[in-house]
Amino acid sequence: MKKSVILGALTVAGMAAGTAGAATLDDVKARGVLNCGVTTGVPGFAEPDADGVWQGFDVAVCRAVAAAVLNDPTAVEFVPTTGKTRFTALAAGEIDMLARNTTWTFSRDVDLKFEFTGVNYYDGQGFMVPADLGVASAADLDGATVCIQTGTTTELNLADFFRANGISYEPVPIETGSEAVQLFLAGSCDVYTTDRSALAAQRANFPTPDDYVVLPEVVSKEPLGPLVRHGDHEWGDVVRWTLNALITAEELGVTSANIEELSGGTNNPEINRLLGSEGTLGEMLGLDAEWAKRAIMAGGNYGEVFDGNIGEATNIGLARGLNAQWTDGGLLYSPPFR
Amino acid sequence: MSTTTDPGTEGGFRLSQLIYDTRYRSTTFQVIAVAVLAYCLYQLYGNARQNFADADLNISWLFLWEPAGYDINQRPIEYNSQSTHLRASIVGAINTIIVAVLACISATVIGVFAGVARLSNNWIVSKMMSAYVEAFRNVPVLIWILIIFLAMSNAFPQPRAFRGETPDAEMLWGMFAFTNRGVYVPSFVNDGAMATIFWLVILASIVGVFAYRRYAKKLLYDTGRLLPTGWPSLAILIVPGLLAYFILGQPVGLENPELKGFNFQGGVHLRLSLIALWFALAIYTGAFIAENVRAGIQAISKGQTEAAASLGLRPGRIMNLVVLPQALRVIIPPLISQYLNITKNSSLAIAVGYMDITGTLGGITLNQTGRAIECVLLLMLFYLCVSLLISFFMNIYNNAMKLKER
Repeated sequence: MKKSVILGALTVAGMAAGTAGAATLDDVKARGVLNCGVTTGVPGFAEPDADGVWQGFDVAVCRAVAAAVLNDPTAVEFVPTTGKTRFTALAAGEIDMLARNTTWTFSRDVDLKFEFTGVNYYDGQGFMVPADLGVASAADLDGATVCIQTGTTTELNLADFFRANGISYEPVPIETGSEAVQLFLAGSCDVYTTDRSALAAQRANFPTPDDYVVLPEVVSKEPLGPLVRHGDHEWGDVVRWTLNALITAEELGVTSANIEELSGGTNNPEINRLLGSEGTLGEMLGLDAEWAKRAIMAGGNYGEVFDGNIGEATNIGLARGLNAQWTDGGLLYSPPFR
Repeated sequence: MSTTTDPGTEGGFRLSQLIYDTRYRSTTFQVIAVAVLAYCLYQLYGNARQNFADADLNISWLFLWEPAGYDINQRPIEYNSQSTHLRASIVGAINTIIVAVLACISATVIGVFAGVARLSNNWIVSKMMSAYVEAFRNVPVLIWILIIFLAMSNAFPQPRAFRGETPDAEMLWGMFAFTNRGVYVPSFVNDGAMATIFWLVILASIVGVFAYRRYAKKLLYDTGRLLPTGWPSLAILIVPGLLAYFILGQPVGLENPELKGFNFQGGVHLRLSLIALWFALAIYTGAFIAENVRAGIQAISKGQTEAAASLGLRPGRIMNLVVLPQALRVIIPPLISQYLNITKNSSLAIAVGYMDITGTLGGITLNQTGRAIECVLLLMLFYLCVSLLISFFMNIYNNAMKLKER
C-alpha cells in the first residue's frame, strides 16, 4: 500500500502542478516568492544587468506585483522563457504570471485559456534592414530573406503581410532573438522583423546602429501585456490592478519621489483611495491597504518605469507615442480606482 | 500459516508456493511487475485527465484541419500559409526524411572509408582517421551543427557580393554559387515526353549496372571466370544515357542560378540549415560507423586474410571478396542503430531553423495552437513509425547478408 502511495505521489509530481489553478495568491504568499516568467533577454525589457540582477520594463511589472503581494520587490524568481516555452510554463503552474512581450490575441485569451490583465506596451511589428540596401518601404522587399524569431505572432503577421501585398519572401526561422540578430548582422538575411520596440532595443546594441534602419511600415497591432492562467480571477485581479495602479499613479502625478508625502492624505480622493489612506480597496483584493503604494515605490509609476528602462534618455530611445497617457493623446487609460 | 510446506507430498496448492516454489516464482514476480506497471500507467492517465478537466482543457485534433498561417522555406510539396496544419506537418515530415536519407548515405560512405583507412598500414592515414573518429565522436552533434552553420554563415559571401562590374565573389563555373544563405546549384529543366524517356533510359542503365555486376559475380562463383567490372559498369552507366540525350534531341537542360533582386533565383537552393544539419549528422555518425566497420573487419580471423593471400588474391580482392562480406554480418546490426540515431538526431534541426517535423508540428504549430499534448503525441508516433520502418528494412537486409546455416 505504501508503494502505491509513493507512486501516486510521483505521478502527481510528474504531471507538474497543473491542478494549482485556483488560489495562486495564497500559493505566492505561502511561498514568499513570486515566480515570474520573462524573456531570455531583450535589452530594456528584461535582461540581467552586470550584477546578475534582472532589470527592465517587463521586470518592473513583476517587481511591482511582488511588492504589492509580498511587501518585497526583490522576492521574485525570474524564469527565463522562450517564445515556445512560455505558455506551457504558465499553464503548468511553473510560473505565476508571464510578463514577456506577449501579444494579447483572441486565440491566446480564449483557446489557450489565459487571462490578459492589461496592456503595458502598445507595439506593432516592423522591419529592420541595412541602410545600404536602399530599401525605403517594406513593399520593396519582394524576394528578400527574412529572419524571424519563431514561435511568435510575428511569423503569422509576416505571412499575412507578404500575402496581402502579393510579394514573395524566404523565411529563416530562428529560435531566439539574439541568434536572429547574429544572422542578420552576418548578412544571412536581408531583413529582421519583430516588434518595433524590440527592433529599437536590439539596434541600440549593434556595433554600428546607424548602418541599420527601421522601415516605416507597422504591419500589425501588438498590445503586449502580462498574463495569468484562466480561472483564477482573484490572482488575475491582483496583477491587473497592480498594472493599473502604476498607470493611474502617473496620471494622478504620484511618483516615487512624492508618494510618502501624498500617502499621508491629500485633497484628491482618488489618490487617497489608490494609496490606501481612504476606502478598503486593498482589502477587496485580499491584500492590505498599502499594496498600491508599495507597487509604485518598487520602481516608480508607469512613466518612471518607461523613462528609466526604454525611454528617450536611455540608449533604447523609444518615444512614448501610443504609450502616452490618454490625457496626452496616448492609449493608456486605466479604469478608475473606486 | 504453515511453516512446513512440502509441495510434493500433498498434491494440493498453497498460496506460499507462489513465492517459495521455484516452479511458480518467476511467474509470480512477472505478474506483480506487470500489475505495478499497469497501475502506474493508470495513475498517470487518470492524473492527466483530471488535470485537463480541472484546467478546462480537452484533447482535440480539429486544429490539424485549420489554416497554418505561417510560411515554410523548404517546401518539397505544394504549401502556402493558407494550407492546413496537417499539410505543414507533412512538409516537415518530408524535410525530416530528406535530411535523414542524405545523412544516412553520406555517413555510411564516410564511415566505411574511415573505418577501412584506420586499419591501413600507412601511418599517416591511420592516425588521421583516428584523429577524425576521436574528434567527432566526442563532441556533441548539436555543437557540430552550430559550428558548421556559424562557420558557413560567416565565411561565405553575401549574395550581393556577386553583384556589380567587379564583384567580390564569383560563381564557380557560372553554375554554383556559395553564399552565406546556402549553396545554389543548377537544376534540370525537362522538356516534355522526350525528357521522361531520357530519365527512364538513365534509370534502366543504373539497373543494368547492378544486373551486370550480379551476373559477373555469379559467373565468378560458378565457373571461376573473372569478368572486368570497372570499365563495363561505367560504360553501361554513361553510354546509353549519352546516346539517348542526342537521339532524343537534348530534351533535358540545366538552369543555372542567377542573381535577381535580393537573392539568387532559379536552380536548386540548398539552404544553409540543410547543409549544416546534413554535414554535421554525416560526419558525427560517420565516426561511429567507422568504429563499427573497424570492429567488423577486426572480428574476421586473420587466418582468412592469410588463406586468401596464399591462394594468390591481391589485397584489394581480399578485402572485397573475403573480408568485407564476412565483416558485414558484424557491421550491419550496429549500423541499424546508427541510422535510427541519425533520424532521431535530425530533430536538432530546430537549432538552425531547418523546418523538419519538430520545427513545424512540434514548433510553430504547437505554439500557435497551444495543442501541446496532441502535437507531441503525433511527433512521437511519427518518429516511432519511421524508426520501426528503418529497422524493418535493415533487418531484411541483415537477414539476406547473414551467415546461411545449412
